[in-house]
Amino acid sequence: MDAILLQILNGLDKGSAYALIALGLTLIFGTLGVVNFAHGVLFALGAFCAVTFRNILSISFETIDETRTDFLGNPARIQTPYIEAWFGEGVGSFLIDWSVPLSILLAIPVMALIGLAMERGLIKHFYKRPHADQILVTFGLAIVLQQIIKYFYGANPIQTPAPDVFQRTFDFGVLIGFDPMTIMYPFWRLVYFLFALVIIGAVFAFLRFTTFGMVVRAGMADRETVELLGININRRFTIVFAIAAVVAGLAGVMYTPIVSPNYNMGMNFLVISFVVVVVGGMGSLPGAVLAGFFLGILESFASMSAVTEVIPGINQVIIYLAAVVVLLVRPRGLMGRKGVMEE
Amino acid sequence: MFGLNRKDQILFLVVLALVVFAPFILNPFPEDSGLARFNAGYPDLMQRFVIFGIFAIGFNILFGLTGYLSFGHAAFLGVGSYAGVWMMKLLTVNVVPAIIASTLVAGVFSLVIGYICLRRSGIYFSILTLAFAQMSFALAYSVLTPITAGESGLQLSLSDPRILESAAATGSIPATNFFGITMRDGFELAAGGWVFTFNFGYYFCALLMLIAFYISIRIFRSPFGMMLRAVKSNQTRMNYTGLTPKPYTLAAFVISGMYAGLAGGLMVAVDPLAGADRMFWTASGEVVLMTILGGAGTLIGPVLGAGVINYFENIFSRLNERDLNAMFDFLPDGLQNAMVAVAQLFVGDGWLLTLGLMFMLVVIFLPGGLVEGGQRLSRLFGRRKKPSGDDPEHHPKPAPHVAE
Repeated sequence: MDAILLQILNGLDKGSAYALIALGLTLIFGTLGVVNFAHGVLFALGAFCAVTFRNILSISFETIDETRTDFLGNPARIQTPYIEAWFGEGVGSFLIDWSVPLSILLAIPVMALIGLAMERGLIKHFYKRPHADQILVTFGLAIVLQQIIKYFYGANPIQTPAPDVFQRTFDFGVLIGFDPMTIMYPFWRLVYFLFALVIIGAVFAFLRFTTFGMVVRAGMADRETVELLGININRRFTIVFAIAAVVAGLAGVMYTPIVSPNYNMGMNFLVISFVVVVVGGMGSLPGAVLAGFFLGILESFASMSAVTEVIPGINQVIIYLAAVVVLLVRPRGLMGRKGVMEE
Repeated sequence: MFGLNRKDQILFLVVLALVVFAPFILNPFPEDSGLARFNAGYPDLMQRFVIFGIFAIGFNILFGLTGYLSFGHAAFLGVGSYAGVWMMKLLTVNVVPAIIASTLVAGVFSLVIGYICLRRSGIYFSILTLAFAQMSFALAYSVLTPITAGESGLQLSLSDPRILESAAATGSIPATNFFGITMRDGFELAAGGWVFTFNFGYYFCALLMLIAFYISIRIFRSPFGMMLRAVKSNQTRMNYTGLTPKPYTLAAFVISGMYAGLAGGLMVAVDPLAGADRMFWTASGEVVLMTILGGAGTLIGPVLGAGVINYFENIFSRLNERDLNAMFDFLPDGLQNAMVAVAQLFVGDGWLLTLGLMFMLVVIFLPGGLVEGGQRLSRLFGRRKKPSGDDPEHHPKPAPHVAE
């Protein structure tokens, strides 16, 4: 029992990332009808927002401390971040320590701008082109963005630790009546899961309870009628694209302490997120979220040693296998609407 | 001739001439000139041209005719490679059984995968093929290591049985050959400042490419090819006519899978090493790009695309800072440094950036690929002489629907 619970918990953080990326993909597909192969790179761009923010915070000046010497006997050079000099050491080091959550502040405007630029500059011209063209052009864009990241940050993963308070694990089992020390869970993963829930909730609430969201939902259902009512639906959809970019970016920001970001991370997530969208049902937002968590947890079950001993290698292919089964048994996905991209 | 009409005959003869005289055509610059690095007439690269040409021709039969965009074709190439190397390990280093086996194994593999994937179309089909290719890739790296040799790649070794080989072990791994003529055989021809290399491996691959190209022309012009085009233009109407698209698309899928397998077999025939990275999804993306760049649905397009991509990949990824400095030497110093700094982003490791940009530019501005570009150019220059009957000005398209 505790082993099963542990695997479910382990699957949650990956599942959260899948769900967030798939949510954005589905939003874009549902509104603009565009298949965005560059969405994984938006996730990576978000992660590198966190790296950039940390780098900015730690810009330092050098002072020479005559009273101390380093191991060669020269006077010690001490790096002091500007931020510590300005706001005092306590506040400064606190800010640097909390750089990952704080970089959300940077990531939101940056990702929104990138999203707007992408939609207005490129995607706009591809509404009426076949899906194959959309896939190809965004695939090209993904390669370009990935190489740009590589140019600025290099090919190696960059460590971006979580705040000190969250770096420990805590005893999850005790909370729900298991023996102590059976279910240990890293704090940050729990934070990530809760964060994902908040974002998903916010997106759903936004679509459900605001006038803007209502118009967008109406546009998803019947674009022409909404346009005939005199509403500029294209502008709304552009904003939706930006929101999807922000969601992917935030997913990337908060994921950095779990996996050190490297320029390739977007592509790895992209393929799986597409599978997630298809399993959930193209165009269904709840489907994307559910399928994200479902596949994340499934993957963590498949990597249990008890399972891999019976069927070796299953952890590598389980997600794709699940996609194949779902598509063949229930072509429109778990929660897809009847008739939407069902062929 | 060969049951082709006049236009196709000319096309085929042009390709034949290009392929046969490739060692001359691809070596336009003398050996000791500064431009010699832009030569492409060495065996390794020429083999890549024709092998990827086969791959792209096959992919075009599926994508160009039926419109089904497979994102997992590299898997068939990879499977073909593995089958080829195993034949060489078990039977003989003669490449004939290897190539036959790789084509057949890839055919069977694509039959199974195609049967499943073709139950869906559009984006679902793309995702399904991608899923299968990624699965094959992941399995080749992990569980199937006894068969695929995992990360190190499958290669020949001295302890291979090679039961058809009569000669006793000589202490070294024999070279891959075609009934005694090794793939490395060839001779160099020096004329003036030029050195032309004629390589048996290249001509062997080239012969197979010509056969593949011929078959593809025949498919394009056959009733079967017409069916495939019908699948692309309107499946519903095809259904109403009483035709089931599935067998046709499946046949196209298997044919293109076998082409990929043949390409994989040739790859190991000239260099007996098969690795799983050939199956990665970016490799599938590359063949898509080759087809699109040349012109999907056209006969010559994929061959052109494969040549252009491989050529640029080779040239761009070899250039370094020193070469760039030499190239921009004629500019004033400040401008030279600026140009070198900019150009450096695109060469060497930055080749992928160039590839991505090319990908986008082609899809945005030239959806019909190089072939369409050529047609546009010829129309531009040939217009004044003879206005054709169906130019867009005199036959405008129907006005778009109001609510569109």
